[in-house]
Amino acid sequence: MCTYLTEKIEISGSAKGASGWFKVTDGSVYFDHPVHAPYGHTLNIDFLAPAQGPSARVAVELSADSARALMKAIEAVLESAPPGLE
Amino acid sequence: MYDAVLAESIMITGHGGDQIEAYSARPLGPGPAGGVVVIHHMPGYDGQTKEIARTFAVHGYNAVVPNLYWREAPGASPDDAAAVARAAGGVPDERLVGDVAGAAAYLKGLSNANGKVGTIGYCSGGRQSFLAAVSLPLDAAVDCYGAFVVGTPPEGMPLKVGPIVDKAPDLSCPLLGLFGADDHYPSPEQVAELEKALQEAGKTYEFHSYEGAGHAFFSVNRPAYRPEAAMDGWQKIFAFYGRYLAA
Repeated sequence: MCTYLTEKIEISGSAKGASGWFKVTDGSVYFDHPVHAPYGHTLNIDFLAPAQGPSARVAVELSADSARALMKAIEAVLESAPPGLE
Repeated sequence: MYDAVLAESIMITGHGGDQIEAYSARPLGPGPAGGVVVIHHMPGYDGQTKEIARTFAVHGYNAVVPNLYWREAPGASPDDAAAVARAAGGVPDERLVGDVAGAAAYLKGLSNANGKVGTIGYCSGGRQSFLAAVSLPLDAAVDCYGAFVVGTPPEGMPLKVGPIVDKAPDLSCPLLGLFGADDHYPSPEQVAELEKALQEAGKTYEFHSYEGAGHAFFSVNRPAYRPEAAMDGWQKIFAFYGRYLAA
């Protein structure tokens, strides 16, 4: 099915796309058909800069298990990082 | 036998008079040829959908794929355009109908056209094929596993569509439905509800549900591909269009 299920967030940082690095302002997280990954549905994350057009996008498509592992890894790293380093 | 086809990107007039991109594939013989509007799936105006259009051309039909995401992302790659469109909740129904009407007008204007036009759509396009057929005068429509013809998207899903099964009495043409028995959207129960509505409205339809197949079983580049179901489905499509579009 086409779920269209999406969480949109504002983000601040940079991503490296087809044309090199660019500043990202928005993120989309959704569970839907992948374009490339060999699964029926995947957890997809788009790092976006809408002001620069639709092609300013870095996309990942992860299996549900991979996405959960990534989530735990991110949380673990952030928790163990010394405070005050932002 | 002369079997040349021409496939190319063109611009057509869509909803509201907007110029939108489309992919046209047509046989170069004298015809007369029926026309098929191919409605792409949610992942967009991609290479696989264009391949479907070329397949129709090889079989003697003029085919055109309107780029339903052109307005959001002109010139973008299909996956980037689909990301923008899906984040916006999909294509508005009214705009879809206008774009299909424009694509049908393009097909009817071709010099080898026989004046008949059908639609086919996959995934979200399956619902949109049904939507077009209850909104426009068409000669045949094919719904390949379209979700939410029956049923409402679960709460929290930003997909901006509602059920349209109540429009079955407005169906303007015969409908071919091809479904996977393992699909959840549409589920076999939802397919049965659509069939009941078509029966009650006295409409001509033909439904096939394939065991061992789920959603997107026609997608040759995805793990959902089911060769047996897809090959039989293609035969059903050509038999159906042969009956209602080619004559």
